[in-house]
Amino acid sequence: MTVSIEMAGAAVRLGGRTIWSDVDVVVQQGEFVAILGPNGAGKSTLLNVLLGLEQLARGSVAVLGAGAGHNNERIGYLPQRRVFDSATRVRGVDLVRLGLDGRRWGVPLLPARFSARSRAARERVWQVIERVGAEAYADRPIGECSGGEQQRLLIAQALVRNPQMLILDEPLDGLDLPNQAAVTALVQGICRDEGVTVLLVAHDVNPLLPYIDRVLYLAGGRAAMGTPQAVITSEMLSSLYGAPIEVLHTSDGRLVVVGAPEAPHHHGPRHALP
Amino acid sequence: MNPHLSFNLPSDVHQLLAYQFMVNALQAASAVAVMAAVVGWFMVLRRESFAGHTLSMMSFPGAAAAALAGVPLAAGYFAFCGAGAVIIAGAAQGAGAARGAQRSAVIGVVGAGSLALGYLLLSLYGGVLESLESLLFGSILGVSGGEVEMLELVAVAVLAFLAIAGRPLFFASVDGPLASASRVPVRALSVAFLLVLGLAVAATAQLTGVLLVFALLVAPAGIARELTPRIGLSLALSVLIGLLIAWLGLGLSYFTNYSPGFFATTAAIVLFALARGARSLPRDRLRRTALSPQASR
Repeated sequence: MTVSIEMAGAAVRLGGRTIWSDVDVVVQQGEFVAILGPNGAGKSTLLNVLLGLEQLARGSVAVLGAGAGHNNERIGYLPQRRVFDSATRVRGVDLVRLGLDGRRWGVPLLPARFSARSRAARERVWQVIERVGAEAYADRPIGECSGGEQQRLLIAQALVRNPQMLILDEPLDGLDLPNQAAVTALVQGICRDEGVTVLLVAHDVNPLLPYIDRVLYLAGGRAAMGTPQAVITSEMLSSLYGAPIEVLHTSDGRLVVVGAPEAPHHHGPRHALP
Repeated sequence: MNPHLSFNLPSDVHQLLAYQFMVNALQAASAVAVMAAVVGWFMVLRRESFAGHTLSMMSFPGAAAAALAGVPLAAGYFAFCGAGAVIIAGAAQGAGAARGAQRSAVIGVVGAGSLALGYLLLSLYGGVLESLESLLFGSILGVSGGEVEMLELVAVAVLAFLAIAGRPLFFASVDGPLASASRVPVRALSVAFLLVLGLAVAATAQLTGVLLVFALLVAPAGIARELTPRIGLSLALSVLIGLLIAWLGLGLSYFTNYSPGFFATTAAIVLFALARGARSLPRDRLRRTALSPQASR
């Protein structure tokens, strides 16, 4: 097995404040890892470090065998909180296509009929749209699609360049429970079938529990990594938060974290980290 | 011979082209309509119509300043619209979510300031400035051959910029977070687009007047985007609608002696209303008549 991500003794400072430090992470290729933690714990910051958009203050990071930011073409990234309102008159299929060649200069002037490159691009776009099951609405303006449909199209956009790693920042945010489960199952399928490493930031671990391999829990400026059973325990979280935390197990197998300084909430207003 | 509308197309077209001033006007209007339709398409996509309208108001003090300085009016249009674009772009350098609100406030201030400055410069000038009315509502019938060439040059430059930067600009406009993560220079594109918009607006305002820029800049793109979400098709429609509006405005004005800006704007408003009406038809009916999803594969 090859190592996908390796961080050692990593620390990040933003605006003079240490967000987290002494973080050691090793993720194998093809693993499905959930990144959990309270608001402001630095989850999005961690993703920015992996994408090379934020520099470490200490420690080292390697992504897909090179420094962070050197392999971004091989990473499919889904930024936080992108909702397209009904005024967005852009088709889902065009949005997916942007993931493929949106940053290229110039415009495709020849119709696909006359250009092999355009034809290949179109085929690839529809291939990933079928992979996420979005054929039925990919031709509609994305603003008219539901939250779950938009999220599937955005995952297709992240997949379109055949990445070795998917970095998904709160893809379940704002979805109802059945859609949360469906999107997570879809991501797990991609992870298993294509051996893609997946990092998925979430607020609630419960919809993820049946699908993920390990969790990376960020809190109190530190991180813990392991299986959900090993990390989401009263002892481990109490030590991370530096405050008494209790993890309760419900009869249907759900985990409830009690006493965290900031209760996780799903739909409240949240300050996006830059 | 006084022109009269015969409702016989070849004869009407023949009458339209009988005078050189009309040929000039048609050439200039066509070049500007194509450019404005494409720039306006991006402007509507980026939700910057307010900035576009304010930039057009900058051409009022621009014209007055040029008259005061004794240079060609066009120079004033371009200088002031460019300066307005720089101010608005500079105001957008703030951070985060407050940016949009702060930015529209700055745009409003720029607009008010431009009107005040325009009237001040106009009274300093004292003379008769071509006629205030044609400045505000368009003077399409007095375009010289040199001005046609200049407007065509501007149109080519603006379209060339969009041909090069169009795709990343589209990416940055609809999906900013992913575009910046993909190393698209989102901020630089935003500033560059405002400057190009200023240039395009300065050219458009010379024909339609300061107040009727809507007819060629906003309306074609707005109508096309109501009709289809397809990128290429809606750009092409936008250009066709822009040309239609420009030609209708000029043609009707020629035969009736009323302002071309009035007819162009009326045509634009009617088409816009029709397009919006068409879109609010029950969706099932539209879907049956529209192309099926399979057709686009």
